[in-house]
Amino acid sequence: MRKLLHPIYVRLTHWVNAATVLVMIGSGLQIHNAYPIVPFTFPSWMTIGDWLGGALLWHFAAMWVFTLNLVVMVVLGVFTGRYRLMLLPVSPRMVISDVTAALSGRGLHDPSGRYNAVQKVLYLGILMTLVVLVASGLALWKPVQFQGLTAAMGGFQGARVVHFAAMAGVVAFLILHVAMAILVPRTLRQMTLGR
Amino acid sequence: MSFKFRNQTPPVDPQDLVKDAAKLLPDRSRRRFLGQITSLGALAALTGCDIVNGTSAEDALRLISDWNDWVQARLFYPGKLALTYPDSAITDPFPFNAFYPPDQAPKVNGERWQLYVEGAVQDRRHWTLADLIRLPQETQVTQHICIEGWSAIGKWTGVPMHIFLQRIGADTRRKYVNFICADRYETSLDMATALHPQTQMTLRFGGEALPRPYGFPMKVRVPTKLGFKNPKHVVQISITDDFVEGFWERRGYNWFAGL
Repeated sequence: MRKLLHPIYVRLTHWVNAATVLVMIGSGLQIHNAYPIVPFTFPSWMTIGDWLGGALLWHFAAMWVFTLNLVVMVVLGVFTGRYRLMLLPVSPRMVISDVTAALSGRGLHDPSGRYNAVQKVLYLGILMTLVVLVASGLALWKPVQFQGLTAAMGGFQGARVVHFAAMAGVVAFLILHVAMAILVPRTLRQMTLGR
Repeated sequence: MSFKFRNQTPPVDPQDLVKDAAKLLPDRSRRRFLGQITSLGALAALTGCDIVNGTSAEDALRLISDWNDWVQARLFYPGKLALTYPDSAITDPFPFNAFYPPDQAPKVNGERWQLYVEGAVQDRRHWTLADLIRLPQETQVTQHICIEGWSAIGKWTGVPMHIFLQRIGADTRRKYVNFICADRYETSLDMATALHPQTQMTLRFGGEALPRPYGFPMKVRVPTKLGFKNPKHVVQISITDDFVEGFWERRGYNWFAGL
């Protein structure tokens, strides 16, 4: 039997993360609609919770699952050595060389499951973005109790911009991530069954 | 003076939003959900908002909201002060926000107005505006943060609530301070927040008598809470263990709403 590419904790935290991120984005867009920082509101098919009050209930419920899951995911990722093995080392030179390889038509997806430099950068980037989302979320939730954190983000309105920008980063990642999973369907099986 | 008026009117037909929200629920509760909402249609039209109501999802979300109240009460540190700002940072004009437009703000006669004190207090005598003006006054320039996402800095002057509670001999072991307002608005504070040094029974705004849209003759300024926990046109204060959900809390806003 071949070794599992993704151990069970990776697959579980991945899908819990996927589900809660979607709830956080959908309810977050509805909350944003009450006083938008971009010059438009998001259509109702994108939002969760039928108005601001309902969306806040969803957002502040899903945040617990999302945050606890993120903590478990990152702690296990670091302490099992998986992040070091899968995501490091990475350097700008490796990224340039892998991008050049891709543009010249050589395949990027290593069948062994090893990540190329672009994937490493993207996965490290999404992890950091999720951490920024939690930090800016705390700054918005408790701007008096955690006023140092809120001040570091440029005050309450600054924290809204950081929170929104981080969300937009997650959406951009999601689009790419899902597109790649569709292009290489084997990855979907690997993330579900482990191999 | 111009006021920015915001209310909760969704950008699309509320019924469409309801149908979308219902798609997230399992079939059985979807029927219940839509049924409930139809019967609440009149209320929804009146307030410009809908309620996630009567479903198992709703019940679960409310339970987690209660849990969030508990967590926030523990995160609340009584000695932690909200930031104060210089006068130059004051937002002018200051946004108006209520469940009605500014011209419908209650017209309270300052001469005849009395503040009723109820519940666990030693002295139940009513307070006139002149009585309150004679108590020690404090001025704060703090940030008001609305649950909708906007924020504004204002200058409020009034009686620190802990001084007033001491004067009336309030039993501060009770859990809540409940407020009833001239516009029938209601909300309530946990005792720890009511005793916070910056929680204020406000009589003046921007250096002048509290203007009508901002809560004449008295509002409660709570810089450690979201804006909807800052009741305007207050007519009654109760010191009690009886939990009373406020106007917005009944519609789904989190009760503690601490900043």
